[in-house]
Amino acid sequence: MTAFTSLSLAMFKASIRDKAALALTFFFPLMFLVVFAVLFGGGMGSSVKIAVVGDGQVVSTLSQAEGVDLVRFDESGEAIDQLRDGDVGAVVLAQGDRVDVRYANGDRPETAPALAKVSEAVASANAGASNTTPKYAMRQEPIEAAYAPIQYLTPGILSWGVASAAVFSSALTLVAWRRKQVLRRLQLAPVGRVSVLTARLAIATGISLMQAVLFVAVATLPVFGLQLSNDWWLAIPLLVLGTFAFFSVGMLTGAVCQTEDSVSGAANLVVLPMALLGGSFFPVDKAPEWVKFFTNLLPLKHMNEGMLDVLVRGKGIDALLVPGAVLLGFTVVISVFAAVFFRWEDA
Amino acid sequence: MKAVGPAVVASDIRKSYGSLRAVDGVSFSVEQGEFFGLLGPNGAGKSTTLEIVEGLRKPDSGSVRLLGESPWPRNPALLRKIGVQLQASSFFERLTSKEQLETFGALYGISKSKAVDMLELVGLTDKANVQDTKLSGGQRQRLSIACALVHDPEIVFLDEPTAALDPQARRNLWDVLRAIQQRGKTIVYTTHHLDEAEILCDRVAIIDSGRIMTMGPPAQLVRALNAQTQVIIEHGVVPAELATTLPGAEAVVDDGVSVTISTSDAGVTIKALGELDALSNAQVRTATLEDVFLHLTGRAYRE
Repeated sequence: MTAFTSLSLAMFKASIRDKAALALTFFFPLMFLVVFAVLFGGGMGSSVKIAVVGDGQVVSTLSQAEGVDLVRFDESGEAIDQLRDGDVGAVVLAQGDRVDVRYANGDRPETAPALAKVSEAVASANAGASNTTPKYAMRQEPIEAAYAPIQYLTPGILSWGVASAAVFSSALTLVAWRRKQVLRRLQLAPVGRVSVLTARLAIATGISLMQAVLFVAVATLPVFGLQLSNDWWLAIPLLVLGTFAFFSVGMLTGAVCQTEDSVSGAANLVVLPMALLGGSFFPVDKAPEWVKFFTNLLPLKHMNEGMLDVLVRGKGIDALLVPGAVLLGFTVVISVFAAVFFRWEDA
Repeated sequence: MKAVGPAVVASDIRKSYGSLRAVDGVSFSVEQGEFFGLLGPNGAGKSTTLEIVEGLRKPDSGSVRLLGESPWPRNPALLRKIGVQLQASSFFERLTSKEQLETFGALYGISKSKAVDMLELVGLTDKANVQDTKLSGGQRQRLSIACALVHDPEIVFLDEPTAALDPQARRNLWDVLRAIQQRGKTIVYTTHHLDEAEILCDRVAIIDSGRIMTMGPPAQLVRALNAQTQVIIEHGVVPAELATTLPGAEAVVDDGVSVTISTSDAGVTIKALGELDALSNAQVRTATLEDVFLHLTGRAYRE
C-alpha cells in the first residue's frame, strides 16, 4: 500500500468510528430536512383560511374557489378574534350584496393571498350576475411547475450539511494531529506533505458524496417526494468544489484553533450564520439590498444556488459557472490564509 | 549495508529561545549499536537536543551527522534509517494497535505482515485489535516504540519513553529496550530517571542548563567520584564503638535499626566484618549517578 492509500484508509476508519461526527455528518442534515419538510407541510401557502359571516353569491363563489378554506362564523366578533390570533387570513362579512372584508394590520404573509381570493370571488360573482361575457379574462399559470417545499429544501440543507461536515472534520483532524504530535511524526517519515493533504481532502470529498447519496435517497422517498431534474449529475462537480472550499475553511479554522473544543465553537460560528444568511434553510431573496450584498460574498450562498439550479430547476452546465468560479476562488484565497497560519506544533 | 563510522555525531549544537539558551554547545557522538542516554532534570535541554539531532529543529549553530548525513534540511532517504518516538504518543485517531503499525509501516512502504512481528516484540499481541485509547500507559508507550521500529531503522530515538509509568510498566519497557539493542540498533534516549539510565545505558551524557556536565559509561562516572561506600549491618551485631575502629571505616551512624559504616575501602572493611561474622543481612550501597549529578551541580537531583 502506498502512503496515500494507507493514510486515506486510516482517516476513513477514524471518520466512520467517530459516532458523534457520524451523527453530525449524516443524521443531522436529515433531521433538518424532516423537520423543515414537516413544518412547511403540503406546500407553503398553498391554501388560505378565510372566515365568513353571513351568506350570498360571493360567499358561495368563494366556497368553491381553489386554495381557500372557508370557516363560517355566526357573528363577526368571533371571526375578528380568529383574525387577531392569526388563525385566518381575512374575514368576509357578507350581507345581501354588500361584502366587507377585514384584514390584519402589519405585513402578514397570508393577508395578500386572502384578499386576492376575495377579489377574484367578487369579480367572478359579478361576471355571473351580468348577462354579457366578460370582455377581459385573465388566466394565470406559473412558469415553473408547482414545487413542493422538499424541492427547495433538499439542495440548501444538503449544501449546509456538506459544508458543515467538511469544516468540522478537517479542522478537528488538524488540531488533533498537532496536539498529539502526529504532524511532527509525519515530518519524520519519508512521506510528502502533499500526500497527507490530498489523502485528507480525498476522504472529505468521499464523505460529501456519501452524504449527498444518502440525503437524496431519503428525500426521493415517496413520503418526501423529491423530483430530481434530468441533469442532477451536474451536482457532483459542485459538491466536489464545495468540499474543497469548506475543507480549506476547516484547515484555516484548525490552524487558528488550539483545542478541539475551540474548533467546535469556531466552526459553528463560521458555518451557521453562513447557512442562515446564505439561504440554506429559507430563501433570502426578500432580504434588503445591503444584506444581499453580504450574502453574495458567502460561498455557501452560491453553492445553494448552484445546487438548486442543477438538482431541481433543471438548468444546464451553464448554471455551474458562477458558483464554480466563486467556490474555486474562495478555496484559493482561504488556502493561502490557512498556509500562513499553519503550525506544526503547539506554541 | 551499514554505514561505516559513528551513528550520531553532534558538534557544538546551540539553540536559543529568546534569552533562554536551551542548548548551549552540546557535542557528543554515539557508536553504532550503542545504547546512549541523555540524562538530566526537566528543562535541562534534553528534548531540544534530541529534536535537533532528529532533524525536527534547525540548530542556531553547530552540526549534526546521522550515519554521515545531515538531518537538516529534511532528508527523506535518511528518514528511512531513523525511527523516532516523540514525547506525545502521536497515534492516529481511533485505530487499533495493529492498524497504527500498518499505517506507520505504509508510510515507509513496509508490508502489513511486519505489524504482527512488532506487536510480538513489544508484547502487545493480545491487544492487536484494541484502540490506543483503551491501552494502559505502559502499553501505549510500547506501541509507540513499536511504531518507531516498524520500518527497521538503524538508529532509534526515544524521548522520555519511561516517563509517567509505574515501576512494573517501566521494568517491562526495559526488557523491550534491551531486546531492541540486541537486534543491533543504535538507541539514543532521554530520561530523567538516573537509576534507569545506569542500568540500561552503555554510555550517558548528563545535561543541565543546556550543557553536557559529564559523559561516559555510568560505572566509570560513578567510580571517578571516589565516593565512599556504605556498608549497612544489623543493629546490635557489632557495637558502634567497635565499628569505628574497623579498617577503612571513616564514619559510623547507628540509628537503632541498622549500623551504617561509611568506608573509602569497602573491600577491607567487609573482610574485617566477615571475620567478626557480622555480615548476615548486610547491605552494600555504592554511589550512583545521582551522586555524580550532586557532585557536578552542587544541588540534589530532582526529577
